Amino acid sequence: MRSLVFIAVMLLAGLCQAVERDYKLKPQQIADNTYVLIGHDEHFSFANGGNIVNTGFIVTEAGVVVIDSGPSRLYGEQLIAAIAQVTDKPVVKLFITHMHPDHFLGNQAFEGLPIAALEKTQDGIRLMGETFNDNLYRLVGSWMKGTRVVAPNQQVEPGLQEIGGHRLQLIAMQGHTGADLAILDQTSGVLFAGDLVFYGRTPTTPHANLDNWQSALEQLRKLDFKVMVPGHGAPVTSEVAISQTSSYLSWLQHYLKKQADSGAAMAELLQPDAPQNLRELAVFKDEYTRSLSHLYPALEAKALADGKVEQQQ
Amino acid sequence: MSYRICSLLLLLLATPLGLVAAEAPADPLNSVMWHEMHQRLLDGAPVVFDERVQVSAPAVAEDSLNLPLWIDATALGEVERLLVFAELNPIPKVLDMQPLKAAPRIGLRIKVQQATPVRAAALTPDGVWHLGGVLVDAAGGGCTAPSIGSGSSDWADRLGEVTARLWSREHHSRLRASIVHPMDTGLVAGIPAFYLEQLEIRESGGDLISRLSLFEPIAENPVLTLDLPKLKQLTMDGRDNNGNPVAAQISLESQTGGGGQ
Repeated sequence: MRSLVFIAVMLLAGLCQAVERDYKLKPQQIADNTYVLIGHDEHFSFANGGNIVNTGFIVTEAGVVVIDSGPSRLYGEQLIAAIAQVTDKPVVKLFITHMHPDHFLGNQAFEGLPIAALEKTQDGIRLMGETFNDNLYRLVGSWMKGTRVVAPNQQVEPGLQEIGGHRLQLIAMQGHTGADLAILDQTSGVLFAGDLVFYGRTPTTPHANLDNWQSALEQLRKLDFKVMVPGHGAPVTSEVAISQTSSYLSWLQHYLKKQADSGAAMAELLQPDAPQNLRELAVFKDEYTRSLSHLYPALEAKALADGKVEQQQ
Repeated sequence: MSYRICSLLLLLLATPLGLVAAEAPADPLNSVMWHEMHQRLLDGAPVVFDERVQVSAPAVAEDSLNLPLWIDATALGEVERLLVFAELNPIPKVLDMQPLKAAPRIGLRIKVQQATPVRAAALTPDGVWHLGGVLVDAAGGGCTAPSIGSGSSDWADRLGEVTARLWSREHHSRLRASIVHPMDTGLVAGIPAFYLEQLEIRESGGDLISRLSLFEPIAENPVLTLDLPKLKQLTMDGRDNNGNPVAAQISLESQTGGGGQ
């Protein structure tokens, strides 16, 4: 009987824990006044609550500048709580690097503050935000409770902006999506690359243009940074993450083009012939399969158009 | 009561003798709709679940409007019909192919309304359907979304337009053809069913190579991949459910000007 009561108590405790969801966000310092919160190298799942993304913040004299707000209202709230563990200064500004849901669905927790993004990112969130939100509910469930879309309320003008003693270079690029914001803090040498750079995790391509993306990576390579924070994966102090992202995208593009030109049907390509170092990237199979859906139709349309057809109507 | 027990006993005795097992083999995908599909699409004819019928599809549909499939029943030898269906779609039947001289395999993309088993059934000359299939997860909604084309202005001018190419391979010719068509399912309010229904592939001399019946769940602007006997020229003729024709001549030579081999 006593053991039954014990089990019942444990079950109840388990239930309560399940209701109080906790992302266990731990800010890691990567430079003076600069912190990142590293997400899991995984796909969205109930187990990770959608925390597959890196967010970051800079503690300036004028207050805290946050880069990306995470996948849910709850993440946004817990991000603010994690910042409060580090500093008493209030958050003064949030930058959103691009339109994907793991980067902006925490905006609700920052409502009322300036939330800045590139113009096309604002448009994209207005257009697609609710669809993303619904889809994340489906993938991670109750972690999303009470989350709704809050679109950025300020447009980023590319160029230099000084906030509380930090000179931030706001760089407008594209390739991962139609508008990707990179932020180089010239004061600390930290580059927040957003999802233009992945490290140790396979890049995602639902709104990608691979040629533009490669050009953006070349541009990033030329920047003078000490530490780079990729959108997904561990921060690095060299170009290694840029090179890895570039070599995956280059393999992807060449492989799919070659297959399209030789007449392969899309679903014949589910077991791709990829180099070992790329296969070892986290969630390679899942992301490659998604990319096949994103990229193959255009490549095969081009390959078909290259063979002419005479029409008799 | 005792009658019931008796029949139960009889049932238990009969099982090892195979009297009950003769009804239908157990479905490896454990689908709630399988029995219904067996009756409705295959008329309850004899079936076996057979690994020689391969259905390749992503485990998760990234785009519910465009789930890619590769169906391959060539390991069976001669196949009289190849039927493809998505069991939990509001309209399950996708394709009914008579391979004839073509290999019993095909690539295509379909719309899915929710997570569903996707199956291929291949009929061999002995009258047995051989079944292969996979489960596909999906966010869904693919069948009750309007086609993208019907929202733009130029689709009507290009209706039935074919872009195709033939590749010469070692033992066969590969045909890939993309046809402009909205493939509306009729499940969206105010947009009637409007889809390609029939396609016939012939040698230019006129001999029939393969015949396809297509259904509503095939994705907008169908892209079909077929393996045909080695040939240099063919015609593809068909029509949609409103009688609009599709007619194209496709040849190996005509591509030489296009480059990009």
